[in-house]
Amino acid sequence: MRNRSFLLLSALAFGFAFLYLPILLLILFSFNESRLVTVWGGFSLKWYAELFQNEQMLDAALVSLRVATTSATLATVLGTMAALMLVRFGRFRGRLLFTGMITAPLVMPEVITGLSLLLLFVSLETTLGWPSGRGIDTITIAHTTFCMAYVAVVVQSRLGGLDRSVEEAALDLGARPFKAFMVITLPMLAPALVSGWLLSFTLSLDDLVIASFVAGPASTTLPMVVFSSVRLGVTPEINALATLLVLVATVTILIAAALMGRQERDRARAVTRAVAKERGA
Amino acid sequence: MTAGADTRADAEQAWAKPGGEDHHATRLQRLVKRFGRGTVIGVPYVWLLLFFLLPFLIVLKISFAEFRLGLPPYTPLLEWIEGSYLQIRLALGNYLFLLDDPLYALAYLNSLKVAAVATGIALLIGYPMAYAIARASPSWRSVFLLLVILPFWTSFLIRVYAWIGILKNNGLINNALMALGLIDEPLPLLNTEFSLYVGIVYSYLPFMVLPLYATLEKMDVSLMEAAADLGCRPFKVFLTVTLPLSMPGIVAGSMLVFIPAVGEFVIPDLLGGAGTLMIGKVLWSEFFNNRDWPVASAVAIAMLVFLVIPIVIFQHYQQKQAERAEES
Repeated sequence: MRNRSFLLLSALAFGFAFLYLPILLLILFSFNESRLVTVWGGFSLKWYAELFQNEQMLDAALVSLRVATTSATLATVLGTMAALMLVRFGRFRGRLLFTGMITAPLVMPEVITGLSLLLLFVSLETTLGWPSGRGIDTITIAHTTFCMAYVAVVVQSRLGGLDRSVEEAALDLGARPFKAFMVITLPMLAPALVSGWLLSFTLSLDDLVIASFVAGPASTTLPMVVFSSVRLGVTPEINALATLLVLVATVTILIAAALMGRQERDRARAVTRAVAKERGA
Repeated sequence: MTAGADTRADAEQAWAKPGGEDHHATRLQRLVKRFGRGTVIGVPYVWLLLFFLLPFLIVLKISFAEFRLGLPPYTPLLEWIEGSYLQIRLALGNYLFLLDDPLYALAYLNSLKVAAVATGIALLIGYPMAYAIARASPSWRSVFLLLVILPFWTSFLIRVYAWIGILKNNGLINNALMALGLIDEPLPLLNTEFSLYVGIVYSYLPFMVLPLYATLEKMDVSLMEAAADLGCRPFKVFLTVTLPLSMPGIVAGSMLVFIPAVGEFVIPDLLGGAGTLMIGKVLWSEFFNNRDWPVASAVAIAMLVFLVIPIVIFQHYQQKQAERAEES
């Protein structure tokens, strides 16, 4: 038995080493004095200074943040609606087609999604005159479409595990469905909405392939700049950028996890208290 | 909106407002309710029809067009000849071209091979990880899960980039091996099949671990204990009980790795080197370098044909998962 758990632990250790060593090395070498990314030349913050003077990169980061904020918000709204449809509405006309359309973006190769959306935008432009040219708007639409699939999955699993009795109680007490949804269901869904939004935000911030297809000449996103500079060779500036991104992601995840954990505990405590009160009365 | 839903809505209204004393308000409410349900169904539906389904039809259409110089760079399929009759021109040339040039067939086959091998490796690494996480104590479990999910949230592009610094000729592995005196010349690691597999497995490993964990965690441990009590050896327990029961997770994880890996562009481009033949790269260069939109569309449609079966399997699994979640 001890033998087996040793094996399992080493598998786990190997897996995590594989996942994390490259990231740790990346972070380590972002503080390297030398331009050579692989030879240690002493501690320095100069690549961070250079990063913040690189205007092309800063502009692209702003474009990416704008796209990611809008598309994450749109995707959360649309994805939540989609999850509600799938979990609560039972059968409706075209359900099969809808489930197909909402799960396919999860696995669809990005080159196909990117190409197809670009051809759509070009066709719309030639027939309807909209969208005139491609840019932030077209990237946002593209990102919303594939992010809403992820939101739908996250919200769907939360909705499925939700205790419906509270909601039913509200309806029994005369709350209108819309109000019951806003006051009862939505707050209970909040953790899923937060993780759906964050997931969409990161996916959008991270996307290179789809954005490359649907971006116009004036709208370059951060991954596009990173990609073209990586193609030219390894630069410590990218390491500095990577370190910042990892830092932001880690802090956000930890805060979100802590908040959700506390919310769950509070709810559990409230339920226990209510039950105890009931017994006492 | 079905008639059944309407009667149910009516019943609910009547029940909520006994006697229905305010007929006007109920009608208004019913309208609001119908509108609400219609909006919830309609908006995401229309969005996906417009931005997911329609684009594929357009790709299909343009794959039958011919390349021309100009904007848009393809010939129209439907044309009014002298304003009197409609001409439909289907050019099969793009598909014949794909069949004719062995480059495309090789790229498709190689992509399928690379994706399948990478999926296998990810399964071999991911299964023990998922198993160990599922058997860990609850507090460790959430820490381990967080550690699996965390790389998701850091840039994919940058994680691929990290491997360039590790694998290149004067990269970390080669420098370390040379410093130890194990090798005199750097091993060619970057721009090989090896680096391609490392990149794909590394990037997609969390997608493999999470669904595996989800099924392994729900599994009833008493079944395995029963087998062990009845004298079954641990390895046989694993083969006859654990493995078959975790099949849904294996299928879902494998599909989540295999399907996107077939069309992967970034990893073969950055880690696979110029010689890598993968279909995602071919599509990219047809589009961005040759600017041949019709051939790029035909490449995309042919790729979809290869991927339809895995995608349907994945969706079937997703559906089953969702239904199970609703039942529990």
